[in-house]
Amino acid sequence: MTGSPYALPAIALVTVATLLIGAYGVRFARTTSDFLVASRTVTPGWNASAISGEYLSAASFLGVAGLVMKYGADVLWYPVGFTAGYLAMLLFVAAPLRRSGAFTLPDFAEARLGSRRLRLICAGFVVLIGWLYLVPQLQGAGLTLGTVTGAPYWLGAVVVGVVVTANVATGGMRSITFVQAFQYWLKLTALAVPAFFLLLVWRGGGTDSLTADDVPVFPAETTVDVQVDVTVTVVEPVALVADGLVDGTAVDGPLRWQPGPHDIAKGTELTFPVGAPVPHADQLDALDNATWAIPLSTGGGHPEFPLFATYSLILATFLGTMGLPHVLVRFYTNPDGRAARRTTLLVLGLLGVFYLLPTVYGALGRLYTPQLLLTGQTDAAVLLLPGAAIGGLGGQLLGALVAAGAFAAFLSTSSGLLVSVAGVLSTDVVGRGSVRSFRRAAAVAGIVPLVLTLQVVSLDVSVVVGLAFAVAASTFCPLLVLGIWWRGLTDAGAAAGLLAGGMLSTGAVLITVLGGARGGWLGVLLAQPAALTVPVAFFVMVVVSRLTARRVPSDIGRIMVVLHAPESLGVRRP
Amino acid sequence: MSGPEPEPQRVRIDLAARRRVRVDRALREIEEQTRVGEVLVEGLIRAQLAVALRLSAVVAVLLGGLPLLFAAAPGLAEVEVLGMRLPWLLLGVLAYPFLFAVAWVHVRQAERNEQDLTDFVDSS
Repeated sequence: MTGSPYALPAIALVTVATLLIGAYGVRFARTTSDFLVASRTVTPGWNASAISGEYLSAASFLGVAGLVMKYGADVLWYPVGFTAGYLAMLLFVAAPLRRSGAFTLPDFAEARLGSRRLRLICAGFVVLIGWLYLVPQLQGAGLTLGTVTGAPYWLGAVVVGVVVTANVATGGMRSITFVQAFQYWLKLTALAVPAFFLLLVWRGGGTDSLTADDVPVFPAETTVDVQVDVTVTVVEPVALVADGLVDGTAVDGPLRWQPGPHDIAKGTELTFPVGAPVPHADQLDALDNATWAIPLSTGGGHPEFPLFATYSLILATFLGTMGLPHVLVRFYTNPDGRAARRTTLLVLGLLGVFYLLPTVYGALGRLYTPQLLLTGQTDAAVLLLPGAAIGGLGGQLLGALVAAGAFAAFLSTSSGLLVSVAGVLSTDVVGRGSVRSFRRAAAVAGIVPLVLTLQVVSLDVSVVVGLAFAVAASTFCPLLVLGIWWRGLTDAGAAAGLLAGGMLSTGAVLITVLGGARGGWLGVLLAQPAALTVPVAFFVMVVVSRLTARRVPSDIGRIMVVLHAPESLGVRRP
Repeated sequence: MSGPEPEPQRVRIDLAARRRVRVDRALREIEEQTRVGEVLVEGLIRAQLAVALRLSAVVAVLLGGLPLLFAAAPGLAEVEVLGMRLPWLLLGVLAYPFLFAVAWVHVRQAERNEQDLTDFVDSS
């Protein structure tokens, strides 16, 4: 992989800036309340930038473009769903949640249903979802540092893990707010400026068709360093020069591949002539551009059941956002319910602008960096495109800019996740919410996913994030929606629904991550479980609540007033 | 700040200073969850839920209907508008302003519902 020589200084700069802004914020953080909720003095503009900065993770910055490059029109639902999740949040959750005075999901559960046991179940799922979401962030960090500098995969993961853990443990959320807001604008710039030049290059080069009937071809003579063992599928005979281990025999010289599968060992160098069709990594169907461009052709990796996969993805992303722990915490920093709504509206605007960009990278990646289809590592498309398409000093500088933006993405999202996981650990599991226990919890919360990241096999960043959304949609979405709008919810019903939806979706996630059942109905159901598990969670919650109707809190009327009455009425709140 | 109530141990109402004049019966009823108060907030909840469900239905049909539409009429996927394939234009670009517009309508309607309740309490 060829990276820009300016990328490493740019990454270092972002990291140092993050630490400095964090240190500046530390001076404001004095009490536990300062640490956790930024003293509720954050304005909607800052807050919306911070929410967006926190939300736009490795999955959005690198992963969406990578998936679009692989799978085409069907995965456009990922960014649409990531945005629409905030609409669902606005419609059903934002203002009442703020008015509940709950800071975390366990707080909400206890305030609404008054059950200590339910609180603990919620705490468990917050930690689980937080960790599930942290792993792909660290994975992305490893990939980025490896791509731009050739450093080993683990190094990037460790750097981000340690920086973020240290920052969170010393600064808390007040400093995080400034860091996050800064990082939204950095990420937007880092994708927008190179995208503009990429489009110019594409136009200037004759606007090559993205939807023609042929498979992607190498735009120039291209040498590919194969970094992990891979099997590729060749559709048309192709001549190449290889140096390394191919199909089990050592080669050093010209080679001609016939259609069919070919094994390439790690460390092999392949050189393809200009215009050669790109062999595709085995798990990818070699799509011609025309098929890639139409919806329901790939189902995002489930070509047999595209409609089911699409709707399940829609359900997971539309409903999962509200259940992500780092998203909810942010709402508490709004001064009141009305500000919570306005902040959410602003967030929808900021996200909408950002998500116009990854698609550009995904589509142009097929023209300028098609070798990623051979290795399957399309998550690197955003990082490599500026250098490949633009070249020269300009390309290198733009490449450094996207690398810096990618690092901002890992730092900000993992900071937010870590604050929430540490907050829950320190109040519900190990301590009593003191500053010291928060710091200790942050260390624990950071180390566990780091260890996991170093263990797991590399999956697509966005796919792992999608699984976290599915778990969130199957657990906290029904709890919040029913808790806010339905008087009949009971603690027993909520617990049963959480456990049913949570265990089914977590089980599916584990099997998928560990590499079980990829094909057929079972495969798609396990990889996109939301279409089944979300309805199950709602159903169980409603039925068990009905059966235990006498457990409805006696002060439910008062609770509903607190959740829904506008602040201007002067209702007293916790 | 407490309202000038004769029984502060039961009803402590925190208000912004300029609104203190508004401490009246309807408000206390909401505070105490009397029949009237319950009905008032119940009405607000129903109105807010109706707004949320109505807008969800709009999104479910217009945005959520797209995969079914493309399944039913595959030809649509190859139509080009403004130099872009229709699915890419709809999902890659237009979905975002659409979501923002729905959110904007929601904020307006939800705030109006709350204002209606506040006005009613003020005037009673």
